[in-house]
Order: sequence, then structure tokens, then C-alpha cells
Amino acid sequence: MSRKPYIREVSKTSWFLSQPRYKRYMAREVTCIFIFAFTFLLICALGSLGKGPEAFQSFLHALRSPLGVLLNLAALVAAIYHSMSWFDVTPQAMPIQRGEEFVPGNVIVGAHYGAWAVVSLIILIWGI
Amino acid sequence: MSEERQIQLEVLRYNPETDSQPRYQTYTVPCVNEWVVLDALNYVKENLDPTLSYRWSCHMAVCGSCGYMINGEPKLGCKAFIHEYGDHIRVEPLANFPIERDLVTVVEDFIAKLASVKPYLIPKEDKPISAGEFRQTPAELKKYKQYTLCINCMLCYAACPQYGLVPEFLGPAAISMAHRYNQDSRDGGRDQRQEVIATDEGVWECSFVGACSEVCPKHVDPAGALQQVKVASTIDWYKEHLMPWVKK
Ligand code: SF4
Ligand code: FES
Repeated sequence: MSRKPYIREVSKTSWFLSQPRYKRYMAREVTCIFIFAFTFLLICALGSLGKGPEAFQSFLHALRSPLGVLLNLAALVAAIYHSMSWFDVTPQAMPIQRGEEFVPGNVIVGAHYGAWAVVSLIILIWGI
Repeated sequence: MSEERQIQLEVLRYNPETDSQPRYQTYTVPCVNEWVVLDALNYVKENLDPTLSYRWSCHMAVCGSCGYMINGEPKLGCKAFIHEYGDHIRVEPLANFPIERDLVTVVEDFIAKLASVKPYLIPKEDKPISAGEFRQTPAELKKYKQYTLCINCMLCYAACPQYGLVPEFLGPAAISMAHRYNQDSRDGGRDQRQEVIATDEGVWECSFVGACSEVCPKHVDPAGALQQVKVASTIDWYKEHLMPWVKK
């Protein structure tokens, strides 16, 4: 008896619409666009800084425009979402075994949030 | 309570001898609420249509052969209870695998990938039987125990969009199995396995969708294993390129 396996094609462009968990994954991936935009903005800031104080002032001014604020806000939300979704899976990716038992997941996740808070605080104090 | 309920069981059928593509066929099955979907399939086979083909063996979530898409989700037919579903249940062959016939899929690709990671102990050095067994502490056992629970059911491959898009991808269960032996204190085969798993078609094809761990019926957490392999492979790379004098 000859075999004739049937292959179901997967759509290269719309596969992620088929499952809610794929959509969640895509949402996480899309955050990188905003991170990219923010990084680009940072490079522009450096560029204008290099051109002199006037150029930098006008760059700062442009940042205060609604579009600039919106972009920064979107980047902040995207970065927070991305970081939190990573913190949530750190116990899977970086398990710590002490003796026979594994350190409970919420301790590892908590340590990440703690470190985040400390770093944010230092930057905040340093910035003021 | 052994309540009986009429279920519309919609099954994707494909006969390679007569069909050019699969088609759905619906059976009306009087189900008892304690039944699992596999029981409903067995009812069809015994009472309604003996031509229906599907794999199963243990009926207790151990053999790993009864994986189907049940209402679009990769599930073990023997672990999917009828009472968790409405009156209409759709059963299809596992996604991302070619269909051999009805619910039977072609699994050679997975078997070859599993074999390629050398899923067995490769002792660090040969020792004669007279030298005794390779001993292990409970903590050393605990380190990899979770990964030994894999029953090769391939639900994780059916859930993985990356495997669907890039069939060369070694995939969740094979890499988790490599990780299981790499984590074993009695094993010395990590370098050989790294050549297979720390590659583009290996762990670096994984984009951490995490679907494999969500569907795994044995809580192996293949997604976790793959991320651990990524971390370890990255450390290897830095050691090799920045600190060549440090031995791995
Ligand atoms: S890792 Fe889980 S889902 Fe994948 S083959 Fe093993 S038991 Fe099945
Ligand atoms: S029949 Fe063995 S796992 Fe379902």
C-alpha cells in the first residue's frame, strides 16, 4: 500500500490569529517596535547634542510636542509590559536549586521586581 | 452520576486511497459524562464506523499515542473529559504533522529528531560492571526529574507555531530530553548534544511563545528547558570567545 500523507499548510502571514496565546505572544513581540523607536529617539538626542546647545534645545522642544509625549508614553508602556512578561517566566528560565528543593518561583520573580525598584529609585534620585 | 448525553462528534477524516483532501464527518454519540474523548472515538469505532483510524494504547496518559486536536487545542484523548466540553466536539489530527489517515499522523520527523539528541546516558568514563553502579543523590535526581516525565506525545509540537513554520526546528520535547540528560550528574555527553541543540535549527529557532508548556499534559515545561539551554549555551559562547583559558 502506498502512502500519501496530507500536509496542512500553515499561513506564513496570519498564523498568529488562530489562537489567543499566539496573539498574546505577538503583542509581546510588537513591543519591540516602540523600544526601537525610543532607542532611535535617544540616538537623535545624542546627534543634536553633538550639533550644539541650540540644536539640543530645539530637540527638547520637539520632545514636548504631543507626538513626542505620546511616543515616550507608548515606549514606557511597552517596556513595562515586556519586562513584566519576562519577570513572570524567570523561574522557568533560571531555576535555582538549594539542596534538594527548588527556590519557589515567586521568590525569584519578587527578587526581579525588587531589583527593578531599586535601580529605578537610584535613577530617579540621581536624576533630580 | 452516570448521566448520558448526546454528543455531536465531528472528526476530520482522510483516506489516502480515495481522498484528495481531508473532510469532516459527524457522528452522534451517546456519551456518559465520565467518558473521555477517546471513549467516544472507541464507541464510534465499535458501533458506528469501523473504518475510523486513530492511535491509542494505555488509556491512562502514559503511552503518549492519543494526541489529537480537540476543539483546536492539542490534548490527550484519554485525558480530555467529555464533561469539560459542550455538545459539539471537534477532533482533528495533531496540527503541524502530515496526516497519514484520519487521526493518525506521520511522526517519523519527531522520532528522528528525538534520536538525534542522543537521549540516553553517555557515561563520563567507561567502568566495568564490577565497579558497581553510578550513584546519585536525591538532589542530583531532583535536578532533572521533571524532564523524565515526558511521554513523547508531541502535543508540544502541535502547539508550537515555530515548528509549524520552520519544520527543521528540533522542537520542544527533543531539546528538553537533551536537557534532561545534560542535567544528569552521571552523564558526560553534553558536548555531543550541544552540537545538535545549540544551533540555528536547535534552541535558537525557539522564540519563546511558551505554548508547549501550556499544553504539556505531564508538566514537563519544555519552554523552561529551552530557555535554560539558551542561557547555558550563551555562557559557553562567552567562555569560549572571551576566556579561552577557562575550561568548560
Ligand atoms: S514535553 Fe510534554 S507535550 Fe511535549 S512530548 Fe513531552 S509530554 Fe508531550
Ligand atoms: S492512550 Fe496512552 S496516553 Fe492516551
